[in-house]
Amino acid sequence: MNSFIELNKVTKHYGDNVVLENLSCNVAEGEFVTLVGASGCGKSTFLKLLLGTEGANSGELLMAGKPIVQEPSKERGIVFQKYSVFPHLSVRENVAIGTEFEEGKWWGRLFGEARKRAFKQADELLTAVGLEHALNKYPNELSGGMQQRLALAQALIKKPRVLLLDEPFGALDPGIRKDMHELVLGLWRDYGLTVFMVTHDLKEGFQLGTRLWVFDKMRHDPHAPERFGATITYDLHLDQKNLPFAAEALDISGDYLPTAIAS
Amino acid sequence: MPRLINLQPSRRLKAALGIIPFVLILIAYQVGSDIRKAENEQDRLLPSFEEIADGVNRMAFEPSQRTGEYLFWEDTKSSLTRLAIGISIAACIGLLVGLAAGAIPIIAAPLNPLITAISLVPPMAILPILFIVFGLGELSKVMLIVIGVSPFLIRDILQRTQELPREQLIKAQTLGGNSWQIIVRVVFPQILPRLFDAVRLSLGAAWLFLIAAEAIAATDGLGYRIFLVRRYMSMDVILPYVVWITCLAFAIDWCLLKLSRWLFPWYHAEK
Repeated sequence: MNSFIELNKVTKHYGDNVVLENLSCNVAEGEFVTLVGASGCGKSTFLKLLLGTEGANSGELLMAGKPIVQEPSKERGIVFQKYSVFPHLSVRENVAIGTEFEEGKWWGRLFGEARKRAFKQADELLTAVGLEHALNKYPNELSGGMQQRLALAQALIKKPRVLLLDEPFGALDPGIRKDMHELVLGLWRDYGLTVFMVTHDLKEGFQLGTRLWVFDKMRHDPHAPERFGATITYDLHLDQKNLPFAAEALDISGDYLPTAIAS
Repeated sequence: MPRLINLQPSRRLKAALGIIPFVLILIAYQVGSDIRKAENEQDRLLPSFEEIADGVNRMAFEPSQRTGEYLFWEDTKSSLTRLAIGISIAACIGLLVGLAAGAIPIIAAPLNPLITAISLVPPMAILPILFIVFGLGELSKVMLIVIGVSPFLIRDILQRTQELPREQLIKAQTLGGNSWQIIVRVVFPQILPRLFDAVRLSLGAAWLFLIAAEAIAATDGLGYRIFLVRRYMSMDVILPYVVWITCLAFAIDWCLLKLSRWLFPWYHAEK
């Protein structure tokens, strides 16, 4: 397999608290990886390593053969569960700010023609996520689902190669969540993204991913629960022939067919 | 019968109930004044409402015999000018230093202990130093407000800056912003409404410092006038001045709130 993201024996600990231990994996470009596991098992920490806001204590993280920059950058877009959008900017400005940072070197702001062009580009993306009717609204006027749509459009304006989603739909109603799944899958296909998505919802993990990782601790010391870290205990390639096995391995009934593969 | 804790007064009743304490105070004053006047016609401690009206008329609507100025308005003008200059300078310092220190950890490290130490110095204790250094003119009065209020503003803005969700700063970085751009486009516009809040909170202290400075060394101003006429026990002037200062303080606070609502609707909708 031709790997795009490669992790070798990565370990991360905060003081004595070992979070991730001996974690290795290869991900090809264009995969949709969903990360599941109990709370506090290091899924989010893993995402932070990819994002660059946290550094690994040992091991190496490579993206396209080069070490991952230890600072957030344009190649890696992110959508958090909340606080992803800027409350003081309108929907359109929230997306255009990505272009403005790049072209408005001094003030991060564009004027006149350049601003119009940036807005037009933003409007196209906002149409793609279904927010074309809310261009001039402020985030506080949007519902939770619409805010996450905005956060997605905002991340995509920089054309990132990797999209990191940290429980993006955790706070949404089930009905809205379903619409958001379709949207994310559509964007993933159209933009050729490599997606890493942390979720609490196993069903969601199965439905969306082409690959599902389960984070858990391999060893457990009941007297010192912080002694050992988690790693990827199951790495399931969710193509058709693996599905029955995968479902069985995780004790899941078979009706959670991954839509990414079915369609 | 619902429980007492569930009993909500209607809007009108609430308004009526709100006025009652003020009316009671006025009545109590009138009664007190009458009792004292019955004992001694010349009593100055609790002047009657007619005397107060006379006092107001003399100060506000008749030119002073000595200078030909309308003292009440002159005093108001000087005090408000000092307050405005002092608060504006303090707000600028608070915004610049607080924002820089809140957004850039390397600036916060050397500044934090210093600001904490300075904010613990009672401003009134260094008023003599200000008079010595800046003389008895306008500058020392404005400086007292600046020195008294800006440590609070700096600390407040610093804290508000650090309270901005970390996620937003990370997001801005993934959108390609450098430090300066993120401060200008993401942090600064979100801190501005919080500066309005902080200034509103600091207005009480600013008035205190203004009146104190005017009481000690000035030739005009609301604080100066109150302390001047105290020598003659002119309660008929002191009382309306105090009410006027209270009204001004209320009006400034109200204007700042309205302005903030108008400028930053997203901020007030969020709360």
